[in-house]
Amino acid sequence: MWKTAHQLANPARLYQLCGVGVLWLGGASMLGLTAGWIWGFGFAPADSLQGDSYRIIYLHVPAAMLSMGIYASMALAAFIGLVWQSNMANLALAAMAPVGAVFTFIALVTGCAWGKPMWGTWWVWDARLTAELVLLFLYLGAIALWSAFDDLRLAGRAAGILVLIGVVNLPIIHYSVEWWSTLHQGSTNMQQNIDPSMRTPLRLTIVSNLLLFMTLALMRMRNLILLVEKRRPWVKALILQRGRR
Amino acid sequence: MSIAFASWHDFFAMGGYAFFVWLALALTIIPLLGLVLHTLIQRRAILRSVVRSHAREARMRAAREKEKA
Repeated sequence: MWKTAHQLANPARLYQLCGVGVLWLGGASMLGLTAGWIWGFGFAPADSLQGDSYRIIYLHVPAAMLSMGIYASMALAAFIGLVWQSNMANLALAAMAPVGAVFTFIALVTGCAWGKPMWGTWWVWDARLTAELVLLFLYLGAIALWSAFDDLRLAGRAAGILVLIGVVNLPIIHYSVEWWSTLHQGSTNMQQNIDPSMRTPLRLTIVSNLLLFMTLALMRMRNLILLVEKRRPWVKALILQRGRR
Repeated sequence: MSIAFASWHDFFAMGGYAFFVWLALALTIIPLLGLVLHTLIQRRAILRSVVRSHAREARMRAAREKEKA
């Protein structure tokens, strides 16, 4: 197990592994997203209270779950980067940040498009919505801090510390609907309270969005590895190989 | 599992919520496509810059050898 973990710290090996991951995870996520969204938008029954507007759930819920999940994985990468001084962990943090920011943005705007017909307003400054907006700013802050340093180690350390401090926002988002009275509904116990005809496509979109996040993060990880390793012989060999093909 | 709408027209109308549902879909797909595009453009730019710096190093090495000779 440790041998496998150490191989992840070898950039050339990691670049290759990421490439394999992009191919398989990307394909699976495309298939899953197409099937899940067609199922959710065209085949799942309409909601008795919300009519067809509830179908936004197939966009909103996966994005919202990922916005927090990605942040947690970034925090893990930041921790590994800070404790074990791993450059590749710092790169992983930088690779995930833009993907997380995009999913947070999607969660916010699809929430707005759902709030308008159901609540009568695009936006309210309630706890859940505000905490999620703060999460978007944390992502943007981490990206900005990362790009503010030319030195990779320094950039990784600075962004890592910000990400670790920002972890405090995750339980706030999660429990906001219980701690404060919010317009946003409480968390749904998906296993019991959603009918299987609506739940199965929802699960499918959640899993496929997760795979999409992994694909995008791996693609960006490959870019960052190339960038920091550009003077190494293996990158030269790789480009020669590409040119010949 | 059966189709939830009687016709394509009903499907696009989304029970009167067409604007909000399709707006949400567009606001999901466009940012994701943008991110994919940005990632691919970034990759091309990095590969080009690597090729350029390798070519520059090769030129410098050639010039140095010429000087020596």
